[in-house]
Amino acid sequence: MTDPAVVETSGSPRRRRHRAGREAVAGYLFVLPTLAVLALFVVYPLARTFWLGLFRAPPFPTLPSKFVGASQYGSVLSSHDFLASLGRTVVFVVLTVPAGLLLGLALAVAADARLKGIRIFRTIFSSTVATSVAVASVIFTTLLNPTVGLFSYWLGIKGGNGVLMNNTWSLPAVSTVTVWQNLGFTFILMSAALQSIPEELLEAARIDGATAWGRFRAVTLPLLSPTIFFAVVVGIISSFQAFGQIDLLTQGGPAGHTQTLIYFLYQSFTVNHDPGTASVVAAALFVILLVVTLVQFRFVEKRVFYG
Amino acid sequence: MAERRRPRTGPWRRVGRYGILCVLAVIVGFPVYITVVNALLTPQAIAGRPPTLFPVDPHWGSFGQAFSDFHLGLYLRNSAIVTLTITVAELVTAVLAAYAFAFMTFPFRRTLFLVCLAALMVPMEATLIPNRQTIGTLHLFDTFPGLIVPFLASGVGVFLLRQAFLQLPRDLRDAATLDGLGHLRFLVRVVVPLNRPIIGAFGVYAFLSAWNQYLWPLIASNSDKVRTVQIGLRQLNSLGIDRTNVIFAGTILAALPIFVLLLAFQRQLVRGLTAGAVKG
Repeated sequence: MTDPAVVETSGSPRRRRHRAGREAVAGYLFVLPTLAVLALFVVYPLARTFWLGLFRAPPFPTLPSKFVGASQYGSVLSSHDFLASLGRTVVFVVLTVPAGLLLGLALAVAADARLKGIRIFRTIFSSTVATSVAVASVIFTTLLNPTVGLFSYWLGIKGGNGVLMNNTWSLPAVSTVTVWQNLGFTFILMSAALQSIPEELLEAARIDGATAWGRFRAVTLPLLSPTIFFAVVVGIISSFQAFGQIDLLTQGGPAGHTQTLIYFLYQSFTVNHDPGTASVVAAALFVILLVVTLVQFRFVEKRVFYG
Repeated sequence: MAERRRPRTGPWRRVGRYGILCVLAVIVGFPVYITVVNALLTPQAIAGRPPTLFPVDPHWGSFGQAFSDFHLGLYLRNSAIVTLTITVAELVTAVLAAYAFAFMTFPFRRTLFLVCLAALMVPMEATLIPNRQTIGTLHLFDTFPGLIVPFLASGVGVFLLRQAFLQLPRDLRDAATLDGLGHLRFLVRVVVPLNRPIIGAFGVYAFLSAWNQYLWPLIASNSDKVRTVQIGLRQLNSLGIDRTNVIFAGTILAALPIFVLLLAFQRQLVRGLTAGAVKG
């Protein structure tokens, strides 16, 4: 971190000290709104989440909750519900992140051409930025409806439960909607990175006789690697946080087959009125995402090639 | 973003490229296309087999019904109130804090900046339960302030804007000091105008994040008088299969304001979404 140079002030030492004092007051006033909000709604509640994990919810909502210490962390983190939710979340990450990345990259490469009307294609490819998770989920709920849904018809499903209420296919279906909804973002990210690659490098490779695929592998891909790495990390984090699509498409069903960590947290808190269990899950989620973020900081400069 | 020069390709390769682009466009754009078509069909036509893929006898009534039978207007208004307040507040608090961290000296400046950086790494899910309790204690459950207050400041914003402000030449502040410009006037007259692109990019990013919020409004409200359009869509989703045209029309109307806005602010959107990803 660079320390900004202090502005030289003129005048006697006392005046200078006076001015520095006034600047300190002004500085605190400038950062106060931000720090007050962050303290009340980020720092304090984060600590409190860990604290609430030490209390077991009472059998009846009106009774006081009981301090049980770390034992609740042990029981929740080793419970079948938690481990199964964690497993499903990992599967969800595996189903969404690589596919989303490859598709976004493919779209960006395809649209990276000097052609008439390319703007129309770019607009279509980035259009899902405008469809929120909720919008996308509502559209697909109806399209995948086993009775009236067009996609169900094309998939050969007549009546029954449909893919969203199928034990095997519900999670892949939610993942597909997620990938589609994220495509616009990935496309924009990859396009911006592609356009920042200097044309001279590709031209030099062309003159050296490299094929299109050779140029892509030897020039484009290495120069894209920081952006790809960023997209993977952001993708993992956002898949761990994915909530709206599960709430709208499956409500965690059928029989918990799409219950990820965040949905487990939500149900423990709102349906089971168990803030203790929900807090333990929230704490675990925080630690997992922190590790992902720190891994990013640790490896970003080392592993990834910067042009 | 400036268009990069690409060498012209031969006619056949061009045709091939167009072919690939069209196939991809159909795959990516189909869900949106069929949403528009279905909004114009009757529920019977939507359920009819073989399916209707073109709006041959369009019925426009579904859009009106989305407003009359389902409180779309109210949800959109609520979303606008919440989103605009959050965006303006985040911009103001982030600009002020970023300026202080970049240009002013005061004790614990580094420590306080590190607090902002750390806050940036805390996902909202990790603070959800205590925040819901705080909102309850302050009697803000199911009110606009309850939906807004937790998001009045942004660690991301402070970080992004401070980075940009540090790029300004030091001499600028010295000259302003000699001219007798105080911090506030220097900020408003010099720093903000010079950093309009990044402030705009962060503004669009903040707007989009606030508009798309789902989990917090779901937990912090329970009545239509404050519920945002994302939660309204949850109600729409349960309308039932005899109203599918209204469901599709509703999703279009819910997405349309953002679509128009993003078309208008494309440059800021790209900068906002890619900030931090592409170096330089």
